[in-house]
Amino acid sequence: MRTKVIIFFILINFNVVNATTFSIDSNKILKNLRCLVCQGQSVADSNSDFAQTIKIVVKDQINEGKSEKEIYDFLIEKYGEWIVYKPPFNKVNFVLWLFPYIALVSGGVIIFLFFKKRDNH
Amino acid sequence: MQKKIIKSSIILLIIFIIGVFFVGLNKSSIYDTKNLVGKKISKIQLEHFAENRIITENDLKKNDFTLINFWASWCGPCREEHPILIKLNDEKNLKLLGVNFKDKKSNALAFLKDLGDPYDDLARDELGKHSINFGIYGIPESILINKNLVIIKKFIGPISKNDYDDIKNIVR
Repeated sequence: MRTKVIIFFILINFNVVNATTFSIDSNKILKNLRCLVCQGQSVADSNSDFAQTIKIVVKDQINEGKSEKEIYDFLIEKYGEWIVYKPPFNKVNFVLWLFPYIALVSGGVIIFLFFKKRDNH
Repeated sequence: MQKKIIKSSIILLIIFIIGVFFVGLNKSSIYDTKNLVGKKISKIQLEHFAENRIITENDLKKNDFTLINFWASWCGPCREEHPILIKLNDEKNLKLLGVNFKDKKSNALAFLKDLGDPYDDLARDELGKHSINFGIYGIPESILINKNLVIIKKFIGPISKNDYDDIKNIVR
């Protein structure tokens, strides 16, 4: 009996953990969406008509079971990449995504060469 | 050798920065959704204003051209473009679908009674969420589509006399 009760609680706990892990954080999505009619505000921060409508649409899509990516894709299709603060990686902006890493590696190479040259002297 | 690498890295960096500035400064800083032109609209589900039915893409496929106009009685510029919409109603190949946006039904009806009703069909978007499917971010906005539901032109703001001439030329 005792073991059954323990298994029951473990299963319940497992379900709760899973539910939290898989639920989508609407606030996270809204914070990554730009309010197109506001001055530097995200949809989450704005109370404009546009922001309120987007909030309803995002909530609806979450309830329909859409993933975070699907919601972004839908809005990007309608409003362009400008609507997201963090644009997806693609052929237009790949340089911007890769540049920090390239700069880091090149910087490392330059520093390495600099020290090597100094040691040789 | 090392000097060469450093020199080329600096030159590449300068070229990159100039490139970013060149592309960035040449881009229009005024945001619009005109890049939707040429795309097909889908999943149209608009609640009819007066009848108990849903307007879908099948209804729009029946027309050679449809001008979908998003308006509200509380919107000042909508009054400005209204006489042009009434004139556009005379075009044989063009049907006008009005979408009453976040408005009270009684106010919308009073608006149409005062200024005339240019619409062949009238839909209602009480919460504004169906308009998101059309890339609408403010009203008035109008979208001219053809039989295949492809967006031919998008008008952000009130339709002007020039826009009227453009639409007439396209639908003839």
